Amino acid sequence: MNQKEFLNTVMPFKDKVFRLAKRLLVSTEEAEDATQEVLLKLWNNKSKIAEYNNVEAFSMTMTKNFCLDKLKSKQAQNLKLVHSNYKDEHASLQKQIELNDSLGWVGKIIQELPEQQRMIIQLRDIEQYDYDEIAEMLDMNQTAIRVALSRARKTIREKLTNTHNYGIK
Amino acid sequence: MVLNKIEKLLEKYENGETTLQEEQQLKHYFSQENVAPHLEVYKPLFTYFIVSEKEQFTKDVPLNTKTKRSYYFQWISVAAVAVLLIGFYFKTDVNQQEDYGTYDDPEMAYNEVVKSLEMISSSFNKGAQKINYLNGYETGIEKVGYLNEIENTRSLIFK
Repeated sequence: MNQKEFLNTVMPFKDKVFRLAKRLLVSTEEAEDATQEVLLKLWNNKSKIAEYNNVEAFSMTMTKNFCLDKLKSKQAQNLKLVHSNYKDEHASLQKQIELNDSLGWVGKIIQELPEQQRMIIQLRDIEQYDYDEIAEMLDMNQTAIRVALSRARKTIREKLTNTHNYGIK
Repeated sequence: MVLNKIEKLLEKYENGETTLQEEQQLKHYFSQENVAPHLEVYKPLFTYFIVSEKEQFTKDVPLNTKTKRSYYFQWISVAAVAVLLIGFYFKTDVNQQEDYGTYDDPEMAYNEVVKSLEMISSSFNKGAQKINYLNGYETGIEKVGYLNEIENTRSLIFK
């Protein structure tokens, strides 16, 4: 497999890898690093790529594991303060798009969810994967995913209603 | 779209029972300008999803063949170290095989041993001769013995 073929297989989902990494790691820079890392790993193992039946799902699983490792590592613990700074930067995303302030709220609410629910929301509502694809990526069964997804969606809706009605009711 | 249908879809959505298509319908509905006031809450949520979908990875994909080359150099250095080690190993080996000072002829060996033993004994005696000077030290001590007499007379005087 040469560089061109590799890029052709990887390009369609590299953004998805990046967005999943960002959902988990919060900061854009770290997400970029993680994405590069994952792509490099794929490239280095390019001889085996043909053996994977679903390269995309495989890479998403890799990303998930890589990011969770990163979050667990000491480095990430040291960066906790920096992470909360990045949250503010996340809010600047809303400035860029010049949208309603509540968009930032949604981001914050999703960020407060447990890691697993965050991943599921990302994969389902943003990347629009099938349940069985998500099941493969996260190594969970479909019912568990549905339950977690439903919980996550309800939490988001409740919190959104709270902020929406804040000062009114 | 009928409001009733949207409400039903939302309920299904929260229970995690919607299909991707139905979710797409919801997204479409909430991306419109006019949303029923009591459903306003959901608007930012679905807008957020749509916005997030568009985020892209802007950095380059780092696929240099450099990594390959560096592996190449790594192996060259490994080979160099191996060659050096083998070189040292054989060099010390050759040294060990060199002359141990052994003799094949027993008579010659005997003569050689006698010679070296004589050499040892002669130089041993040289050392012993030097020790003889220690006798001088002994006489010195005897002379110091006279000091005791001084002590005797002093004690007599100061009694």
